[in-house]
Amino acid sequence: MQLNPWALSGIVVMAVVTFAVGVYGSRSAHTTSDFLVARRLVNAERNAAAISGEYLSAASFLGVAGLVLRDGVDGLWYPIGFAGGYLLLLMFVAAPLRRSGAYTLPDFSEARLGSVGLRKLTALVVLVIGSLYVVPQFQGAGLTLTTVTGLPNEVGVVLVALVVLVNVFGGGLRAVTLVQAMQYWVKLFAISLPAFLLFTAFLSTPSTSRGELVADMPPRFERDTTVTVETNVVLTVDRPVLLRAEGTVNGAPVSGAVYWAGDQHTVAAGTELHFTAGSDVPVVEGAVSDNSSWAQPQDRGPQGLFHTYSLIFATFLGTMGLPHVLMRFYTNPTGHAARRTTLFVLAMLGLFYLFPTVFGALSRLYVPELLVTGDTDAAVLLLPTAMLDNWLGKLLGAVTAAGAFAAFLSTSAGLIVCVAGVLSTDLPSGGQVRDFRLWTLVATAIPLAVAMGFSSLSLSQTVGLVFAVAASTFCPLLLLGIWWRGLTAWGAGSGIVLGGGLSVLAAVLSEWGPSLGGWLGVLLVQPALVTVPLAFATMIGVSRLTKDRVPLDVARVMLRMHAPDRLGFIRDRDVERFGGPGDQPRSGRHRAPEPD
Amino acid sequence: MSATGEDLPGTGPEGRVPAGGPSRTSRRPRRDRTAPPRRVRVVLADRRGGRRAVRTIVELEEQTSVGEALVRSLVRAQLRTALLLTLTTLGTIGMLPLLFFWLPELGAWTIGDVKISWLLLGAAPFPAMLVVGLVYQWRAERHERDFIDMVEN
Repeated sequence: MQLNPWALSGIVVMAVVTFAVGVYGSRSAHTTSDFLVARRLVNAERNAAAISGEYLSAASFLGVAGLVLRDGVDGLWYPIGFAGGYLLLLMFVAAPLRRSGAYTLPDFSEARLGSVGLRKLTALVVLVIGSLYVVPQFQGAGLTLTTVTGLPNEVGVVLVALVVLVNVFGGGLRAVTLVQAMQYWVKLFAISLPAFLLFTAFLSTPSTSRGELVADMPPRFERDTTVTVETNVVLTVDRPVLLRAEGTVNGAPVSGAVYWAGDQHTVAAGTELHFTAGSDVPVVEGAVSDNSSWAQPQDRGPQGLFHTYSLIFATFLGTMGLPHVLMRFYTNPTGHAARRTTLFVLAMLGLFYLFPTVFGALSRLYVPELLVTGDTDAAVLLLPTAMLDNWLGKLLGAVTAAGAFAAFLSTSAGLIVCVAGVLSTDLPSGGQVRDFRLWTLVATAIPLAVAMGFSSLSLSQTVGLVFAVAASTFCPLLLLGIWWRGLTAWGAGSGIVLGGGLSVLAAVLSEWGPSLGGWLGVLLVQPALVTVPLAFATMIGVSRLTKDRVPLDVARVMLRMHAPDRLGFIRDRDVERFGGPGDQPRSGRHRAPEPD
Repeated sequence: MSATGEDLPGTGPEGRVPAGGPSRTSRRPRRDRTAPPRRVRVVLADRRGGRRAVRTIVELEEQTSVGEALVRSLVRAQLRTALLLTLTTLGTIGMLPLLFFWLPELGAWTIGDVKISWLLLGAAPFPAMLVVGLVYQWRAERHERDFIDMVEN
């Protein structure tokens, strides 16, 4: 693709503004406590904007539209789940977790179950989830830069890593809170304005072409189109298509006209396909090929139904297990404020997720070539220029590119702060600012290496995997830890190992194993509906077997987690560990014996 | 419920303590002689039955059977509300895939030019979930007020 200077300047402006706000915000960050929890001076609205800004990642900004383009109306369950997770977080986790005083997930597990071993295990899971989640962010940044500049993928990946590092080094969570809060509004603006204008443009087109979107036929090319296939793809054709091709098709070298009857055709990387205006769009394997089925919910039989419910399970329950989101709840002063923050987040996300759907639906009409290459994640970036061939289209393209870049920056910054915070506090030398910076480097380097190494994973796939892992590990730990007195460290540990192990195994098999159809294939792609109940059952069962190991202070911890804020049972564990803002040793009335 | 304790963060010598601290510090019980006495008096003087409230808080803290029963009933009430609202969400939004699966013609209905299924999945769930969240917030805060009333009377 050729250089798009408009979009590039959008990205540069975004990077510079992020950097400037980061520097501005970091002027007041000095102690470890500042870095880790932003001194708890952040109000609920800003904190909610920061959580939303951090949460709206590449998967939300680009991936949702891409899924709608590919899967149609059933893809809408992704945004519902991404937002709905906060409803469960609000009802089951937000206030009690904040009142427990734990500042990270490993800290919660130790505070609740009094086991240093479990703390180490959960720290490991945080590292796995965090790293897995940063990888698609870096890849998305690479995709964005490749799409708008034609530069190699690696440049985008390295650039986003550098900007994130500068911000985190500069001021930790305080600076990042400011940056994140700003980035929510940037992202909302960057998706709503183009969506609104493009939809207006769509309404002014003749209604015959609008009706095509639900017609009983495949999508069609609006104009003569040349598509260069970047990776090997298998294309599905419903009706015969005549096209010109240069490269390798169905295993044989081709140069010239090709006639495809129905069925499937393999196209090798580097092949150029030329389609004339009005011809049908062949779609990659796995995407919905005709428009009426695309617009119709639940028409893939019982397996499709299983997939939808498993997805609902993973996203609704996985959100509460995302370590970077949970860590931010600690910046709320009280349990009440944590609830308020969550409600704001629910509203903010609900507003945002109205717009990617518009992009996805319009892309089906205007950039169907993405269905040929399989790069459906680029829909948000390419739609404005494809619909409006003037300065407005270019400007809107720049706006969406800047928004996409904001999405990668904020999510990866939040994740890296979280992983570095966990590493620096859970390893023996913890608690010094210097260590936090060192661990930031480590937490950036690991996903950077993975993103450089594996560039073929799709955004939504990787993110779906992260949600499944989080739902099968931290979700049962939190729910049972907060609401059930009988949980033991052994029960929690074995549930995490089984749930996490199975969900990671399913992901590895579906990514690198033999491609399986049928029920097993669906189960491997979206395992949460099985792994989450298994993890719950294991935790309950093993806890019952190790009844004598129920922590002695469980009643005290339950009281602290559930007593209203005004009674003053909250106890901030980081303050006890690292000293308060003025380094006064502060402690509540309620001192449980420290396990270490 | 803008009661005294939470509105006093700047009054003490340690005005910088983060919120969440103030209510605790200001209501530190009398037996803790090292606490700044000024802050203790301000709050307790304002509260009717303050001495009894402290006694109940001590009971909670010492985990007497009364305190235990109080906490257990609070936890149960909160959990019941959360589960009930989860079931409500599951019974409405969560039923949509099954509904579309059993009644495919429902997915084809349109309002104007827009398919009803796209509206039901693309827009409707977000305000609906927000309403459920608001209802939860309201119920949960009420349970907590009841709990405080019980502790203080």
